[in-house]
Amino acid sequence: MSTRYLLVGSGVAAIAAAEAIRSLDAAGAITLISDDPHGYYSRPGLAYYLTGELPRAALFPWNEQDFARLRLQRLQARVAAVEPEAHRLLLSDGAVLPYDRLLLATGAAALQPDLPGNHLPEVVKLDSLADAERMIKLAKRARSAVVVGGGITALEIVEGLHPYCRHVHYLLRGARYWSNVLDEEEARTVLARLAAAGVQIHTHSEITQIEERQGHVAAVRLQKGERIACDLVAVAIGVVPRLELARAAGLQVDRGILADDTLRTSAADVFAAGDVAQVLDSRSGRATLDTLWNTARAHGEVAGRNMAGAAARYLKPVPFNVTRLAGITTTVIGAVGAGRDADVQGIARGDSDIWRSRGDALVVEDGETVNRLRLVVGPQHLLGAVLMGDQRLSRTLQHLIGTAADITPIRELFTQPGVNLYNVLAEFAQSRMVEP
Amino acid sequence: MTGYEQALARCLYVWDNVAMSLKDLLQRDHNRRTALVVGQVTPEAGRCVQCGICSYFCPINIDVRRHAWLGEPVQESHCLTCGECVARCPRGVLHFARVDLLLP
Ligand SMILES: Cc1cc2nc3c(=O)[nH]c(=O)nc-3n(C[C@H](O)[C@H](O)[C@H](O)COP(=O)(O)OP(=O)(O)OC[C@H]3O[C@@H](n4cnc5c(N)ncnc54)[C@H](O)[C@@H]3O)c2cc1C
Ligand code: SF4
Ligand code: SF4
Repeated sequence: MSTRYLLVGSGVAAIAAAEAIRSLDAAGAITLISDDPHGYYSRPGLAYYLTGELPRAALFPWNEQDFARLRLQRLQARVAAVEPEAHRLLLSDGAVLPYDRLLLATGAAALQPDLPGNHLPEVVKLDSLADAERMIKLAKRARSAVVVGGGITALEIVEGLHPYCRHVHYLLRGARYWSNVLDEEEARTVLARLAAAGVQIHTHSEITQIEERQGHVAAVRLQKGERIACDLVAVAIGVVPRLELARAAGLQVDRGILADDTLRTSAADVFAAGDVAQVLDSRSGRATLDTLWNTARAHGEVAGRNMAGAAARYLKPVPFNVTRLAGITTTVIGAVGAGRDADVQGIARGDSDIWRSRGDALVVEDGETVNRLRLVVGPQHLLGAVLMGDQRLSRTLQHLIGTAADITPIRELFTQPGVNLYNVLAEFAQSRMVEP
Repeated sequence: MTGYEQALARCLYVWDNVAMSLKDLLQRDHNRRTALVVGQVTPEAGRCVQCGICSYFCPINIDVRRHAWLGEPVQESHCLTCGECVARCPRGVLHFARVDLLLP
C-alpha cells in the first residue's frame, strides 16, 4: 500500500514538504489540509497587495496545474486533534483521517492586544489574505487609523493604510522603532521618513483602552491621558506559533513545537516545520524560532524528504531578510541587536531569534542617513550587518557572514577614520573571488 | 484657438509622442545591449518570498517568480532583457549574470 502523508497547513512549509515528498515518492498519497480558504499564497506579498502595488491574483504562486502535476489532494478543513498513538487526525466536522506520516506546519498567529475593546470589528491584524482584504475594506471608509506594534509588519500596515486614510497614527511604547534589531540612528531614519510622508508618530504611547460608539471603534485612550479619535485600530504586536494541536496531543513544546534537526517531533512519524517549529540548531545546541519565509521553506524541504524516508538534516543558515522600511530597502543579516522590543511580545513577523544573540562585538558604522551600513564585527568574523539604502553590498555581506569568512586582513581598517567601508568590503570580497 | 493654432498644437502633440516613443525605443535598446553584455536574469532563490511582483510586471508575462522558486536563470529566448523584473524585485533576488551557454 502506498504511504499516506497528511500535511496540516497550506503555507510555504507544507508546499515545500509536498514537493520534496513527491520528488522521492511517486506513489504516496499526499493531502494538504488547511483552514485557510485561500490556500497557498505569498504572505510577505500581502504588504504589496495592501499598498495596491499588486493585484490579488498575483499573490498565488501556483496554479491548478501545479497542484495536479504533484498529485496533491487539498482539503479545506480545520484539524481539531492529533492522535499520535493511533496515527490519525480528527477534523472539526468529525471526520477521521489516518496517516503514516504527519507534518504540522500550522504557522504562527498574530497576538491579540489584551485591551478593553479588542473585540470591536474595526480592530484588525495582518495574518492572512482574508485579513488584508478586510483591512482594505475598512480603510476605505476610515478617516483616521491607529497602528500599534513593531517589526516589519507594523510598518507595512502603516504604509498600506496611508493612501486610504487621511490620518495615520503610529504608536510606539518606547522612544524607538524595532529597538532590538535596529540601532538608534537606523530607527530614527525610518521614523523620520514616515513623519515626512505625513504619518503621525507617537512615541511613549501605550494604549489603555479602545473606546467604542454603538459597537464600533471610536478612539484609543492612552496611558498618559491623551485620546486619539479613530475608526480603525491595526495591531502588529507579535506572533505566537499555533501549537495547540501539538500541545493537546502531548508533543514536546516550548515556545514552538520542538523538533530536532531532521524536523522530527517527540512523537513517532510526526514532523513539524515553518513558523510553528522550534528547531534544534546542532551547532549552537539551541532551539530557535524564526518567522521567515525561507526558513519555513527550508524546514519543509528537509521534513518532506525525511517523511519520504531520506536522511536529511537542517543546517541553519545565517538568518537574513531584505525588506522595505518606510521606503528604504533594508537588509538585516546575522546577529545585529540585543534585548527585546517593547512593541513586540515574543517574536515579530520576518524575525529571527538569532538577530538578538550577538555577543560582545565591535560595532562599525558608516554612511549618511539613508545609505547606511552597520557591521557587527567579532574578533575574526563579521557577525551581522544592517544595510539601508544602497544594496550593492548586500549579497557580498550575506556571503562573508554566512561563510564565516576570516576578516583579520581588513579588520584594522574598520576602525580607522575616513576609510570607505564599501570599498574595503567590495575589494576584500573580490579578492576572495566572491561575486559582489 | 484659430485653425492654425489647433493644427500646430496637434503637430506638436504628435511630435512629442514620436519623440517619446523614440526615446523609449532607444532606452529599451540600450537596456537590451547592456543586458546582452551582462547576461541573463538570474535569481538567488534563498532571498525570494514569492510575492509575484516580477511576474506581474514582466511586459511579456514570463513567470519570473517560478524561475526564482527553482533557482533557475530566465533562459527564454523571448526575454527582452528589459530589466523590469530586476529593478522591481523588492528583495534583490534578481540580477543579470553571464551564463556560458556552451557549458552543460
Ligand atoms: C504581512 C506579513 C509579512 C511578512 N513579511 C516577511 C518578510 O518580509 N520576510 C520573511 O522572510 N517572512 C515574512 N513573513 C513571514 C512568512 O510569511 C512566514 O514565515 C511563512 O509564511 C511561514 O510559513 P508556514 O508554512 O510556516 O506557515 P503559514 O504560512 O502561516 O501557514 C500555516 C497554515 O496552517 C493553517 N492552519 C493552522 N492551524 C490549522 C488547523 N488547526 N487546521 C487546519 N489548518 C490550520 C493556516 O490556515 C495556514 O494555512 C511575513 C508574514 C506576514 C503575514
Ligand atoms: S519580485 Fe523578487 S521576491 Fe518577489 S517573487 Fe519575484 S524574485 Fe521573488
Ligand atoms: S528582463 Fe524583462 S522580459 Fe525578461 S523576464 Fe525580466 S521583465 Fe520579463
